[in-house]
Amino acid sequence: MKRLRMLFIACLVLSPVQSLATDDGYGYPIVGSYEATILGTPANLMPKYPAKMRTRQLVLDVIPDLQRPPIFFYDDGLRCTFAYQEKKAPLVFLIAGAGSSDRAPKILTMMKALYQAGFHVITLPSPSHANFIISASQSRVPGDLADDAADLYRVMEAAWKEVEGDIEVSSFHLCGYSLGASQAAFVAKLDEERRVFNFRKVLMINPPVSLYGSVTRIEEMLKQIPGGPKKQGIFFNKMLSKFSQFYRYGNFVAINDDFLYAMYTENIFTNEETGGLIGLTFRINLAGMIFSSDVMTNSGYVVPKNRVLSPTDSLYDYFLVSTHLSFYDYFNEYFYPYFQKRRPGLTKEALIESESLRSIEGYLKSSAKFGVMANENDFILTSAELDYLRQLFGERIKIYPRGGHLGNLEYKENLAYMVDFFK
Amino acid sequence: MTVTRNQAIILALMLSLSLAGCAATRVNTQAEVPPMHSISEVRDQRFADVADPWEGFNRSMYRFNFYFDKYLFLPVVNSYEFVTPTFLQERISNFYNNIREVRNITNSLFQLKGTESVTTLGRFVTNSTLGLGGLFDPATSFSLERHDEDFGKTLGYWGAASGPYLVLPVFGPSSVRDTGGLAVDTAIRYGIYAGIDPFGNTGNSFAISAGITTLDAIDTRHQQSFRYYDSGYPFEYYMVRFFYHEKREIESGKPLPAK
Repeated sequence: MKRLRMLFIACLVLSPVQSLATDDGYGYPIVGSYEATILGTPANLMPKYPAKMRTRQLVLDVIPDLQRPPIFFYDDGLRCTFAYQEKKAPLVFLIAGAGSSDRAPKILTMMKALYQAGFHVITLPSPSHANFIISASQSRVPGDLADDAADLYRVMEAAWKEVEGDIEVSSFHLCGYSLGASQAAFVAKLDEERRVFNFRKVLMINPPVSLYGSVTRIEEMLKQIPGGPKKQGIFFNKMLSKFSQFYRYGNFVAINDDFLYAMYTENIFTNEETGGLIGLTFRINLAGMIFSSDVMTNSGYVVPKNRVLSPTDSLYDYFLVSTHLSFYDYFNEYFYPYFQKRRPGLTKEALIESESLRSIEGYLKSSAKFGVMANENDFILTSAELDYLRQLFGERIKIYPRGGHLGNLEYKENLAYMVDFFK
Repeated sequence: MTVTRNQAIILALMLSLSLAGCAATRVNTQAEVPPMHSISEVRDQRFADVADPWEGFNRSMYRFNFYFDKYLFLPVVNSYEFVTPTFLQERISNFYNNIREVRNITNSLFQLKGTESVTTLGRFVTNSTLGLGGLFDPATSFSLERHDEDFGKTLGYWGAASGPYLVLPVFGPSSVRDTGGLAVDTAIRYGIYAGIDPFGNTGNSFAISAGITTLDAIDTRHQQSFRYYDSGYPFEYYMVRFFYHEKREIESGKPLPAK
């Protein structure tokens, strides 16, 4: 199996385009933005970490006397993962990307890298993840950077209270990727007033400049499929049959990494299709967020108002309905009305503007504690936005020539840069 | 993984308890109001869909497995992982994986897959001898790749449809076809075991085989990273159902002739 994998990776590295691309001295091999995003980092280009770590799962009671609906019976509190050293060390809080939990593969890799370098680490689920919406969100309407930052800050305080008796901490750091990166910026700003942690350094990995803008780019990818996003079911089924045909014609042992790399090297999906698959994955994720939020607020958006779902009720229709809703539907019909009620006179434009790094650019420009890692071909940024980040952060930003969105996050060079940043 | 009679009785009791829980009455004091978006507006193919006429039962079983894991299975597995050195855990996993090759061999033969049967037999012989009774896996370093086969796949290979989705207690996601396959594989294994009767003259044959079976179950769970409801995603049941079904369909399918 190892030999097969080596063969595929050799194909990747040896093909002519690849050798051109590697002339820039950066060893991450996958050139395409979409492909990098889907495939991530080949296993042999990730650093090796010790199997045993001192870790503990934290289950936090952030909102006292919270009543959970029967359908979420399995949710017993906000889950964070805590990795600790036996000596005094800095503590890094990690915020997961959109829709991800505290144990998403990417965040665990980051945790291992930092743990190995001698840091304590606490990983936090994204405020857009169902566990967070159910157990830690005050509004239960995710997506507002200021609100989510306040929720995250409360969670960090609760987590710190839970572990402070067990470890010695020399200083606090903060790091987030994707949506979590933008949230990290807002949490850091809040910390300037609250002063509980006094974060010494804050690292943002692949941040969007404007949430609305970045999501628009992902939604555009889904618009390119035949019939548009309303026909995503047909698209999904077509891609699935392509996938299984390829498996059957090839002589594969199982659906594993080798098989996925073979799909990549053989160009089974066109560029539009690959983009469509990323868009669809985003929608499936978004559906979980919309559904959880709707159940928690009893808003009657996709679930009938006042209906109490039992743990054995079928949710398939809700799944179909929610996946067919776009981010614009969520924003215009659910998110904006909620904030408009709370802040009369709020326009859509003003709300969109507030969900952006631009709304705190003065702070970001002046504070030396920030660092940014971005990719030249990250599809959630326009080139104007990338220039904006360059200008805003100057020498504090590191831009890699490729990696798509988060594709190179687990690449050894990137992880080494991340660890060095906090040293 | 098999269940002795005592375990079966406990299981039946726990099952009936867990099912009784589902009959709890629903408290609903306020009238329902139709939602802003409903299924009637979706004009598209259903996707990630699998035949599941017993979804209510399956969801109860899914929840039962969650509790079974939480209160019994995983605590046992965790204690096992805590007291057993990693090196020994790996030897135990290898040992059982080697025994499971018997299932792989019989089923590659049932599917008349010549090369695969020879490879798997080669693995079994190599690991049983050079690998010290299966404790080590030198076969993989000789490029003899593992091919997982079972009777469910054999049935699929010869054209049997999977039938409805079925979540089994303890075993987890399955289908009508794969449940039948599991029964056949278990029967074959016990047939071979009874034929050889390795502990027949120890006088403690029952206790020893019960111990071996229990450790087998623990090792199997130890090797699976899946945890019920762990993703936190509210539609996890459908994702698990879809990936289980599709992976089985694709992997059990007859290879098509090359174009």
